[in-house]
Amino acid sequence: MMSASFSTVSYIGAIILFILSLGGLSNPESSRRGNFYGIIGMTLAVLATVFGPRVSTAGLPWIMAAMVVGGSIGLIAARKVKMTQMPELVALMHSLVGMAACLVGFANYIDPVASAGLSSAEKTIHEIEVYIGILIGAITFSGSVIAFGKLSAMIGGKPMLLPGRHWMNLVGLLVVIYFGGVFLHAESVSAGMMALAVMTVIALLFGIHMVMAIGGADMPVVVSMLNSYSGWAAAATGFMLNNDLLIVIGALVGSSGAILSYIMCRAMNRNFIRVIAGGFGTGGGKKSSASGDVQPAGEVVPISAVETAELLREAKNVVIVPGYGMAVAQAQHTVYEITRHLREHGVNVRFGIHPVAGRMPGHMNVLLAEAKVPYDIVMEMEEINEDFPDTDVTLVIGANDIVNPAAQENPDSPIAGMPVLEVWKSKTSIMMKRSMATGYAGVDNPLFYKENNRMLFGDAKKMLEEVFVALKS
Amino acid sequence: MRIGIPVETTQGEKRVATVPDVVEKIIKLGFQVSVESDAGNGANFSDDTYRAAGADIIKGVDKLWAESDIVFKVTVPTSAEVALMREGITLIGFIWPAQNPELMQQLAAKKATVLAIDCLPRMLSRAQKMDALTSQAGVAGYRAVIEAANVFGRFFNGQITAAGKVPPAKVFIAGAGVAGLAAIGAAASLGAIVRANDTRAEVADQVKSLGGEFVRVDYEEEGGGGGGYAKVMSEGFQQAQREMYARQAKEVDIIITTALIPGKPAPRLITAEMVQSMKPGSVIVDMAAERGGNCELTEPGLAVEKHGVTIVGYTDLNSRLARQSSTLYATNLFRLTEELCKTKDGVINVNMEDDAIRGLTVIKDGAITWPAPPPKLPAAATKPAAAKPITPAPAHGEPSAPMSGTKLAVFFGIGAALFWLIGAYAPAAFLGHFTVFVLACFVGYMVVWNVTPALHTPLMSVTNAISSIIAIGALVQIAPPLSMLGNIMDRPDGWIRWLAILGIALTSINMFGGFAVTQRMLAMFRK
Repeated sequence: MMSASFSTVSYIGAIILFILSLGGLSNPESSRRGNFYGIIGMTLAVLATVFGPRVSTAGLPWIMAAMVVGGSIGLIAARKVKMTQMPELVALMHSLVGMAACLVGFANYIDPVASAGLSSAEKTIHEIEVYIGILIGAITFSGSVIAFGKLSAMIGGKPMLLPGRHWMNLVGLLVVIYFGGVFLHAESVSAGMMALAVMTVIALLFGIHMVMAIGGADMPVVVSMLNSYSGWAAAATGFMLNNDLLIVIGALVGSSGAILSYIMCRAMNRNFIRVIAGGFGTGGGKKSSASGDVQPAGEVVPISAVETAELLREAKNVVIVPGYGMAVAQAQHTVYEITRHLREHGVNVRFGIHPVAGRMPGHMNVLLAEAKVPYDIVMEMEEINEDFPDTDVTLVIGANDIVNPAAQENPDSPIAGMPVLEVWKSKTSIMMKRSMATGYAGVDNPLFYKENNRMLFGDAKKMLEEVFVALKS
Repeated sequence: MRIGIPVETTQGEKRVATVPDVVEKIIKLGFQVSVESDAGNGANFSDDTYRAAGADIIKGVDKLWAESDIVFKVTVPTSAEVALMREGITLIGFIWPAQNPELMQQLAAKKATVLAIDCLPRMLSRAQKMDALTSQAGVAGYRAVIEAANVFGRFFNGQITAAGKVPPAKVFIAGAGVAGLAAIGAAASLGAIVRANDTRAEVADQVKSLGGEFVRVDYEEEGGGGGGYAKVMSEGFQQAQREMYARQAKEVDIIITTALIPGKPAPRLITAEMVQSMKPGSVIVDMAAERGGNCELTEPGLAVEKHGVTIVGYTDLNSRLARQSSTLYATNLFRLTEELCKTKDGVINVNMEDDAIRGLTVIKDGAITWPAPPPKLPAAATKPAAAKPITPAPAHGEPSAPMSGTKLAVFFGIGAALFWLIGAYAPAAFLGHFTVFVLACFVGYMVVWNVTPALHTPLMSVTNAISSIIAIGALVQIAPPLSMLGNIMDRPDGWIRWLAILGIALTSINMFGGFAVTQRMLAMFRK
């Protein structure tokens, strides 16, 4: 058994390791080491707790059993998951953290040890901490479950907008505050429990409602926001348990998640608050009135896979812009085959990745990495945008809003001001799409009608395979 | 409305104002098209191909002019042609109003509406598709190289053969406008060493991009004259430029000159002495021959040999590539027709509010409207909608503009109030945790702010794994040591234990799964 000081020192070590871990993750070179630091930090923290002064040996078998069961499920899931399903997996895991935060909160409330020997002010603060911890945990849990449902297409991607939704949220908040008062003045544990239960139900409903109202296009922001919530839940639990390690790590995760969401919102030129309040991507009245008079002029020119192959073969510089369509069609391996073939024949092939391409930040990078595309030819939007005028062929695979020139040309467009990949500046752009349908933002794309744009209709994987066959022959 | 295409009557002109492919497209816009019999002969388009495209073939030039509401032409109309016009006709083609004031008067007298394709405001990017000066100059530049190759006695590209070594030809191109650039591209792709010069220093990159080498004049002066043309340079600059040309003349085998200044005779760049200093067998192609020539010894329209140097002064380079020139010109006019007939109902609308159309229109219903006022800068004034500024988001990682003073003050005010509240009511133990919490938030912000977007997903999955630290909360609840229980007797052990065990199991899924999946992802990132 360790002494209290020893376990505190171990916690400090763990904190340092976690900070190093997050720092390492900001650069591909150091990222693997970063993850390793995280693993060591976690091991250290868990061991220091289990063998620390607050756990008796009687608990060990229980702990072992729970960790073995949970750990093996986790490892199997991590091995089985397809890279295209990463967003779903991450969302599902957030829900587990939220759930755990709720459980810990409830257990703490009914545990007389936790509040033994506290003064009245300290007891009030402690109870507020419990209340808030469970609140955040419950929102994280239900929100993540809905996000999981939306990402795995079990629930439609369209935002569900109930009438007066902001009022509903406000009423919910007031009820939560009211029961907070009831909870603090509760005479007995069972009376407090009732208030806690009501609040938990409202928090769960709030979580569902919040994510349901957010459109599919904003899912990357939602996933990272929920990530942030799971951190805050951990921090709240830390306050509840007087545990600095939990507070620090919770705050680290919470603030990094919030920053990540903010970075992403900025990449889409959206207001952070508005995204969270929901309702974007519905089109609505504004679209029909504002963009109705600026109908894109020109013809849509279709192209065949064979012609696409010819264009690619004759090009010197090719940029590939992947989007969610590539992920859906699982076309990343075919994309890599084409890339390799072209590179072997002296064509300079690079990838242009929009910060919010796909359904999770960095989604495309992960998929391309899975297909073994070397990351030094995968460029960010700012790096590649100035190269489009020198590009012979740009191949857009299943992306729409992120290459929409309306963002720059039409100030009335709902996506006006959003930075986009300027593919229309290349000599020829080829859009691979299943149909003429709009993207998640529900905005018409004038790129289809540009003179130097060609449309290759069909399933991305099938069409790319045909292109590849034509390239080899 | 009916569009008429007459035979071009200027001596040696082989181009035609539209081609069969384009006829089809024009008809789709709702127009009828009449083509004078044999109009396309010079450009190898037979009457039959026009007929197949849907045009009516008209015999007799009088009938064509009489029937047509709109006439497409290439060259400046002759007096004879003006005489054939009926009143109120619309004429589209090259006019050069500055050089042809009398013609303008005659056309105005006919109550005509005249769109001079040479008056297009070239700086409007949406006008580029209609820019016939550019398309024709590109063809001419290419042809100039071909003419030079034709009379030049050697290969363009260097070769090492069994029969000996062939040095590559050195080509110097004066003026890197559209024609010059086309010439650079054509000569470089034939394998020659290409050098070029222009008074506008900003075209150096364009020259390089086509495979040429930009030769600078050792003299500081900015030479852009607006609208993509050069201006007349100062005496000092011209002196330095002459020296540079003299040097180049001694070295190179072929000189192609393309220098033009709007409204002025072509600048004299190559003097008789320079021609004399060139190697025998060298070639000069003077693309400015029609406007007096860049070379002193040029004879417009002819290829002559002076001091052993062949000087090509053809003025009909476009007609020497008539089919290509006509096709491009026809497309330019088609794009213009599209702009004039946005309704696609076969009726044109000369919209003087449109900057491009306004610039083109030199006579409107008999009233001379040339010269046009300089075009308004794009959008700003014409579209009220554009008033809403589009502010692009600052790129990730770049500092955004600092907050305004009042905003910052409010921000700090709220912060101070919050801290005061906490300080006033919270017990000391809480404050310790609170300090740690606030500091950790800042650390998180600092650490994550500069993450590369490529790593967003692994970062999220690792923070997700790390947030399973919440397991600690469950761990300490499962079986607290007796010392902590003290005299508490009524602890609901069973409930707490099962809640804690479930909590541990859930977070373990996250902990192990999260790190494992991150590892898997990161293993795929490679150079």
